[in-house]
Amino acid sequence: MSLLTVDELTVTFGGRGRKASRAVDGVSFEVDQGQVVGLVGESGCGKSVTSLALMGLLPAKGLTIGGRAEFDGTDLFTMSPSARRDLRGSEMAMIFQDPLSSLNPVVPIGVQVTEILERHRGMKGEAARKEAAHLLDRVGIPDPTRRLKEYPHQLSGGMRQRALIAMAVACAPRLLIADEPTTALDVTIQAQILELLKELVDQEGTALLMITHDLGVVAGLCDQVNVLYAGKVVESAGRRELFAHPTHPYAHGLLGSIPRLDAPRGEPLNPIRGSINDRIAWADGCAFAPRCDRYEMGCLSGTPQLGEPRAAGHQVRCVNPVLDDAKAEEVPA
Amino acid sequence: MSVATKTDKIQRLAELTATKETSTGASLWREAFRRLKSSKMAIIGAVIIAVFVVIAIVGPYLTPYAPTAQTWRGEVFPNQGKFVGPRGENWFGLDHLGRDMFSRMLVGARQTLLVGVVSTLIGLVAGFLIGGLSGAAATLGGEAGKRVDSVIMRFIDMMLALPSLLLAVSVAAVMGQSLTTVMIAVGVVQVPVFARLLRGSMLAQGGADYVLAAQSLGVRKRRIVTSQIIPNSLSPVIVQATLSLATAIIEAAALSYLGLGNPDPAIPEWGVMLAQAQRFFDNAPMMAVYPAVGIIITALGFTLLGEAMREALDPKLRG
Amino acid sequence: MSLLELDGVKVHFPIKKGLLFDRTVGHVYAVDGVSLKVEAGETYGLVGESGCGKTTLGRSVLRLVDITEGSVVLDGTDLAKLPGEEMRRFRRRLQMVFQDPLGSLNPRQNIESILSEGMIAHGIGKDQEERREKIKAILDKVGLPSNALARYPHEFSGGQRQRIGIARALVLEPDVIICDEPVSALDVSVQAQVINLLEELQEELGLTYVVIAHDLAVVRHISDTIGVMYLGSLVEEAPSDALYAEPKHPYTKALMSAVPVPDPEVEDKRERILLTGDLPSPANPPSGCRFHTRCPWAQAERCATERPELRDVGGGHRVACHYAEDIASGKLRLTKGEVVSATREGVEDNPTEDTPEAEAAEADAPAAETPAKIPAQAEKPAEKAVEAEDKAATAEEPAKAEGKAEKAAEAKASPKPEAADEADEAVAADEAKASEEPEKAV
Repeated sequence: MSLLTVDELTVTFGGRGRKASRAVDGVSFEVDQGQVVGLVGESGCGKSVTSLALMGLLPAKGLTIGGRAEFDGTDLFTMSPSARRDLRGSEMAMIFQDPLSSLNPVVPIGVQVTEILERHRGMKGEAARKEAAHLLDRVGIPDPTRRLKEYPHQLSGGMRQRALIAMAVACAPRLLIADEPTTALDVTIQAQILELLKELVDQEGTALLMITHDLGVVAGLCDQVNVLYAGKVVESAGRRELFAHPTHPYAHGLLGSIPRLDAPRGEPLNPIRGSINDRIAWADGCAFAPRCDRYEMGCLSGTPQLGEPRAAGHQVRCVNPVLDDAKAEEVPA
Repeated sequence: MSVATKTDKIQRLAELTATKETSTGASLWREAFRRLKSSKMAIIGAVIIAVFVVIAIVGPYLTPYAPTAQTWRGEVFPNQGKFVGPRGENWFGLDHLGRDMFSRMLVGARQTLLVGVVSTLIGLVAGFLIGGLSGAAATLGGEAGKRVDSVIMRFIDMMLALPSLLLAVSVAAVMGQSLTTVMIAVGVVQVPVFARLLRGSMLAQGGADYVLAAQSLGVRKRRIVTSQIIPNSLSPVIVQATLSLATAIIEAAALSYLGLGNPDPAIPEWGVMLAQAQRFFDNAPMMAVYPAVGIIITALGFTLLGEAMREALDPKLRG
Repeated sequence: MSLLELDGVKVHFPIKKGLLFDRTVGHVYAVDGVSLKVEAGETYGLVGESGCGKTTLGRSVLRLVDITEGSVVLDGTDLAKLPGEEMRRFRRRLQMVFQDPLGSLNPRQNIESILSEGMIAHGIGKDQEERREKIKAILDKVGLPSNALARYPHEFSGGQRQRIGIARALVLEPDVIICDEPVSALDVSVQAQVINLLEELQEELGLTYVVIAHDLAVVRHISDTIGVMYLGSLVEEAPSDALYAEPKHPYTKALMSAVPVPDPEVEDKRERILLTGDLPSPANPPSGCRFHTRCPWAQAERCATERPELRDVGGGHRVACHYAEDIASGKLRLTKGEVVSATREGVEDNPTEDTPEAEAAEADAPAAETPAKIPAQAEKPAEKAVEAEDKAATAEEPAKAEGKAEKAAEAKASPKPEAADEADEAVAADEAKASEEPEKAV
């Protein structure tokens, strides 16, 4: 039994006279203890909305959430708000993209950390402060006792993200959701933060749901990868399988369009044409069809279903998947 | 694949993607106007203002009686506390000199609108020039420009530091009592507000990437100010102008109330009417209520429209 | 003679304080002495992390910021000395593409108006009719429909907006285009479109690019020559392939090892050099080598006192490090920071199921035992294995392999000079240095 099971999650924004828009359109995946699962996609694919829906952080107004999300056997969406609040922060925690705006600017770091310890772990006074210092030390913030007194703006971007991670892991959560945790950071700092997250997963057995647009980050970190496009999972596989055999034309195209540090210069990129705006409704067919090189008439007869055209456990939502391994031939022998 | 199926494919795709038509060539102003039209607040505000403007324009021709004629002089005895309330021939009753209140309200609307519009225009134009100069100097004038901006702004700060009524009273004291005085006094009070607003907005826009882009294109500084910075800095100024119309009417009323307005009692103006009514408030509260309600509703109309415009012009809501 | 030559360019921003009259209380040393040459028709890539001064340097070339010192020579004309109006006219030959495609387009102008602006400023085209024809041709070149003319920036997608930005630069027929993070604001699938467009245009029009970016993979892809910046100055400059094959400056090594590669096979074999601490403030840069506070190979001598010059180490490879050769030969050991393997313990999928390349690499004992220090060695094990074998024949190789085995343990065991990240605290830095002293004797 998985720690988190998301089943056919839909999130629809609407109301105020405007046409309803479905940001997440039937997303299913599972996260096991000690596992890193990636939700990958470009802006507007619904990855962030999924994470916020799981944390219960979406504004209630003009919003419909469908499907189920079970955390350790209990449905998150039917649970009472207070029970959910208790769960949030203690059992499941989240790290955001922008560490500065996720921290309260007028409260010292120490107070923000001890607050969580007081609320969820019932610690008080000196004990809470000691634990807070220990937490900062744990995430690699030098001189933690001094840092506790500092305000968020006095820390660098990397240190802020560390402080945020310290707050997230304060109650040893079983599930950590990280929404683009390194996007705002420089690449050398990103390496430090990713290393820290790896450590947490390996040493504490925390499950990590990693939301990112960066396939490089996914390649080094995630065990299971879900590629999202226009609110649906289009491909889901283990990371080695996915990167070795990207089978959905979108995933295949994405990998072909990223300049790689290790690729020889002069090797042309194969971009995907158009933009995310060029899409059709899933009800009519494959949303990716307008941008797809492998588009066939069959792509437009209703929503394509997830299948396993290549290998067991490698799910692909495509009627005309990429099965010829052109990529394997490109690798220099 | 045959040619027929290929065109089929493309056509089918075109049909499906064509459903969401992207508007072509809709400028931000037009989009803002579209948002404004769908705002209830804006509609209510606009209706109030429209009614007020119509009354101000055609009102004087619709008056049942001359607003200055003391036709019913004999029925009103202010000294004894005897007044005449609303009745068949005088819908709003009579004032302390036996004049028809309804007629006076209709004619007063024009004066009130005139005070509001003219004083706001004075504030807007002077503020726009000062703020525009200051903003242009600060954004593109280099070190010397910054110094010019500094000097202008300290002067504006001084104006802001004076209580607005005191400033207006001083202007009125220098220029003597008249409607023009009131308009100038109220206008002068608005100058630093507009100047600061435009300059602040220009400063914010001056740091925008598209200004840098225009500089890198080699566009002349004067043109950068007029075609890039100013058009993008106007939104808050327009909103402020609408809101200012409301405050200008109220301030003009206040000045009239203090006796600095038009000394000629023959020309009715809502502020003056309110001022005159205060003496008789105990016995004839309605005499104060009519002009007061008139001022409040009009001010409310401008405020509603202004707030709705603020929302419609908010760049964050773009999209 | 190169088309664009920068010589000792410095851009210092004064920090001002004061109530009525501002007085200068310090300077931000945004760009602090950069010299480089850009050849006609080539692409020069500038990489570095935020705060390294790469954007300021790009802007200083167009004189969008004031140059404090040094010269920027384009085709024989020193731009730093041109008076205002002449500089304005000169900008036609130097254009810029900005990072934020939406922010760099005036939201209240339609596309025709945006693209005409530069032409009007430089008197190109007799009338609007003529200009419109030219704009249509350019729009076609950058892949935008001609019905875009009457539309406004907010009606386009991100990639299309960047095409408009490129078209705006192109209408003036410039010699040099400075691209400041041209793709970093775009979606991954769209980035490649814009990169390809830039490359096609260069081929077709013979353009010269200076590409400023933080993404090393992007820069490597499009640049002929790459300059790496750290805290206001160039620390290394080399032809793209040479830089990638053998980064010589410690910072470049760390930077390269930190860039993730979208390939699990590669990622699992890489080693990362983790830097300690944060970027020091450019208002208060460290003495000596700017990087010595975070450098894993920092030495007690020279590094903190003497600022290294950018010197040629052969093959057009320039590096600003006193000990570049010693680091390359493995003579120096890590003094701080750590090298970590990128592999995760307890990875679910089967790591024993290795690809043929990996097996080939493992077969070669020296190559496999030597942890790949630089990405190049890890990425193409099959190719590199041969090279590594050759290298092993040289005397220093065994020492290098041996030394490295200890290194990780050493780095962890030695008291981490964490305080060193506080660059402004010279005392703390000195203490840290003192603790490193014994190690140097080894």
